[in-house]
Amino acid sequence: MTQIERAEAARLGNFGGAFDWDHLVQEDRVHQLLYTDAAIFDAEMRNIFGGTWVYLAHESQIPDVDDYITAKLGLRPLIMTRDGDGIIRALYNRCSHRGTTLCRFEKGNKRSFQCPYHGWNFLNNGQLRGVPWADGYGQNPAKDPKFNLAQVPRVESYRGFIFGTLNADAPSIGDHLGPIRKPIDQWLDRNPGGKVVVCEANRIKYKGNWKLAYDNSGDGYHVLYSHRSLLETENRFADETAEKGMSYYKTAPDEQPMYMQYMGNGHHFKDKRPNLQPRNGGLWSIESLHPGMEHVAHKLRTRFGDGAEALLDLAGSEPVNINVFPNLSLLGNHIQVFQPLSFEETDTIWYGTKIEDVDGTIGEEVLNDINTLRMRTQEGFPNFGEVDDVTNFEQIQRGLRCQEDEWIYMNRGLGIPGRIRTLEDGTIKAPATDEMFMREYIKEWKRLMKAEPALTIRREP
Amino acid sequence: MAQPAHDPSRYSYYVDDSLYSELIADFEILRHDDPTVEDGAERDLFRGLVEREARLLDRLQFKRWLEFYADECLYWVPSTPNGGDPRREIAVMFDDRRRLEDRVFRLSTGFAWSQAPSSRTVRLVSNVEVFASENRDQRLVRSNFLISEFWDDETRTLAGWAGHRFRKIGGDWKISAKQVNLLVCDQSIRNPSIIL
Repeated sequence: MTQIERAEAARLGNFGGAFDWDHLVQEDRVHQLLYTDAAIFDAEMRNIFGGTWVYLAHESQIPDVDDYITAKLGLRPLIMTRDGDGIIRALYNRCSHRGTTLCRFEKGNKRSFQCPYHGWNFLNNGQLRGVPWADGYGQNPAKDPKFNLAQVPRVESYRGFIFGTLNADAPSIGDHLGPIRKPIDQWLDRNPGGKVVVCEANRIKYKGNWKLAYDNSGDGYHVLYSHRSLLETENRFADETAEKGMSYYKTAPDEQPMYMQYMGNGHHFKDKRPNLQPRNGGLWSIESLHPGMEHVAHKLRTRFGDGAEALLDLAGSEPVNINVFPNLSLLGNHIQVFQPLSFEETDTIWYGTKIEDVDGTIGEEVLNDINTLRMRTQEGFPNFGEVDDVTNFEQIQRGLRCQEDEWIYMNRGLGIPGRIRTLEDGTIKAPATDEMFMREYIKEWKRLMKAEPALTIRREP
Repeated sequence: MAQPAHDPSRYSYYVDDSLYSELIADFEILRHDDPTVEDGAERDLFRGLVEREARLLDRLQFKRWLEFYADECLYWVPSTPNGGDPRREIAVMFDDRRRLEDRVFRLSTGFAWSQAPSSRTVRLVSNVEVFASENRDQRLVRSNFLISEFWDDETRTLAGWAGHRFRKIGGDWKISAKQVNLLVCDQSIRNPSIIL
């Protein structure tokens, strides 16, 4: 029988008392305290990054038995392991004896973890294997389940994406994702075998609240302004290659076929694919300029003729933003993770993805060419776009120090007849520059902050 | 395979698989403890070139800095401490001639918010070593750097080592490739928007 323990910290600690959530989160605006208050951040680490499903890692990062990587659930340090039975676990990286982190390396392959402080040794399924000089204890701690490592009680994968939650009452990950599964499926299924493999990352830190990144993840209103340097750069050879990248934002973006859709449970989806020509090579044709692209395109077209276009599309950036509350965003070919560090500091990790030749139809040389190009296309946005976004996030955080000017608005599109439609499945559609998704996801945020879900941890029996 | 004539500032035909292989092999040499060139005059020559590049970057003289690079050049900031293989790993930066010019162009648009105002930097370059080469028209140079960057109320340090591959082109030594190995290459970096 697995041990489940109810966490008591929220009751025992001093967390600053109650907040009037209905006052702080209104229909058209939120209070700046959501971004600037350390006590609210602490509550988020429990109620959001504890109380709902949170993205932890991708299965391709721990493909083999005994592989591990370190990760975080909110601020909690974790060791993600694939144990001897192949089961994926999210172990608290915390010795059950005195609290030391057990593992200080970011990845590797290990069957057990020995605490560097007093030598307690744990298997990668969390079980305490032994302690030095056990005769100093009345009962050998290795025989007492309370000394097995704490672990995240619910760990479930959806098509390679590993999620965890401390909320024992949460629905299954599939039910929790709900309608956002469809764009995730499409994002995966455009690749051979419907899968991607994580390959290193661009990592950018900013001094601002994590929600600034989540707010931005669906924001079609900022593109033309925050990314003006990017748009000008990728279209600087205007004679031949205008309309590269996100140029479709330039004129009347709300009249374009692209749209924003709220998918429930805090998830939202911006779909820019309808702006593209629906043909092989349509995606590639708007790809901005990257190292080696003409070489590979020429080589593949010489070899495959028209068949090259579908291959080139595999290196192109899929024009979607699939945002899974609270910390995951699939955009282009990236798996982007928002990692909160404090109320005013956040890491954004842009994991690159490559494809595999699952059924042997691509061949090693072409696969190498496509993946190489795919690396270069993915380096573009973090270098030329994200740096300007995070600068604006930091400057929001600074602006919010004007604390008497209390409100942050998200009312774009609100109350305009015919602009926003609720579909039969309960999802909500709006034009691409609408702030509807902010109004909707923050309702889910408020629900969780009010609900204060009971948090649990688990230990092996 | 025959390829069209091209201008590397405009079209990227030269970044092919053999270029990647050569790049990885060359910078691997700088990770071994092979004998380096003892000759003081030669060391001084390349130390001077590395220092000149640092000065041009500190002074934001990007056009002149670009002239210091070969037409078909590469600028590579790996995301892993061992350099890795940029064909299989995303890099912090991996620029060919055109993308380097993109980088400079972006800074000149007036809308690159991450560099408005520009960072102020001062670079210290040290421990310059020239590695022996059979090819008299190529030199591999390893150096350590410390960049102090003032930006947005804060001075921070970016440290690491750089590899330069110099090639003699038309009688001048040009940077054919540069690999910048940041200590924090695999960690989150705040506002990575200066040219390293």
